Amino acid sequence: MKKKGRNLPPVKEFRGKGLRWEWRDGVVELTLDHEPLNEIGTLLLGELEQFAAAIDTLAPITSACIINSARPGGFSVGGDLKELYNNAVKLPPKKRVAGLRIFIKRIHRVANAIDAAPFITLAAVHGLCMGGGLELAVLCDLIVADKMARFGFPELRLGFIPGFGGIPRLRRDVGNGFIRDLLFTGRTVKAEAAHQAGLISHLAGEGYALEVARSMARQITKFDIEARVAAKKFIKPIPYQELREEVELFCKLFNRPAVIESLRRFVESDDPMKHLPVSPKQ
Amino acid sequence: MRTIEQTTQEILELATKQFKVPAGSLTAEDDFYKKLGIDSLQALEMLSRLENHFRIELPDYEVQGVSDFKTLAQRIQARL
Repeated sequence: MKKKGRNLPPVKEFRGKGLRWEWRDGVVELTLDHEPLNEIGTLLLGELEQFAAAIDTLAPITSACIINSARPGGFSVGGDLKELYNNAVKLPPKKRVAGLRIFIKRIHRVANAIDAAPFITLAAVHGLCMGGGLELAVLCDLIVADKMARFGFPELRLGFIPGFGGIPRLRRDVGNGFIRDLLFTGRTVKAEAAHQAGLISHLAGEGYALEVARSMARQITKFDIEARVAAKKFIKPIPYQELREEVELFCKLFNRPAVIESLRRFVESDDPMKHLPVSPKQ
Repeated sequence: MRTIEQTTQEILELATKQFKVPAGSLTAEDDFYKKLGIDSLQALEMLSRLENHFRIELPDYEVQGVSDFKTLAQRIQARL
């Protein structure tokens, strides 16, 4: 059976409200550009779904894809917590999980498609890369980070776990001790520490992550396609079972009054360190 | 080993450079959120610069709630 999209013309260019991509010389550059800091809600998810749908059309002519951000503050601060909270409180508690599960499963479908893309994916990261933003970065085969970038999973501060597949995917790349540090302390780490832990492939000078990623992508285009596809499939299996378990755990933890309360505090907060929410117990 | 006074001075110099304020306009007692008008993104950027400068790791939970350079210097000193 032929794969869906193989006979369709490649979608070489797309300009949405939250992201855009452009194909040139075998390399796709997907640029996140959704104010304020690429929060992943229904808008960005919808456009990421369009990219996921275009992967098969781009695959025959594409060696590499660079995901980067045009927002000055960073790569992405993850899920759109304001939208998540507003959607949750509209529904009675018993119906919240059903709505959430639909959203999370859509995210996972997109993530699995990008994770399994037959070309090499690179995340060029600057500034903040947190929560769902980090989960988007760890989908990629390689991460290039500006030395001023910071990485973290602040989810436990709000009473849940990362829900976009980050933990099972991160386990492929780095030691469990580093993951537990990120998860249980909710702290952000600087790029150098993330590099030492094995999360980042290349450290770039301030403002040069995209340029370094472009150089890596040019190198990648030189290699045999069949070998590259086989190598990626061999070395980067997708942990489907753990990802399914993560969806269930995320939904179970989310549907608790303490989480709704911590989200309310986050949404209404004018704390200067808002990106590092304080747990309801503090 | 730096003294706390040296650490404080280096922090003030870094903040002066990062936020492009006139030299000598910041003091150890200043509330940097108020004085510099910075948000959490800029505060985290400052944290990265401090970590890179002092070659330390300073968990952000240790500086959460800290708003003056003097206390910030104490937190950094504990990691040197």
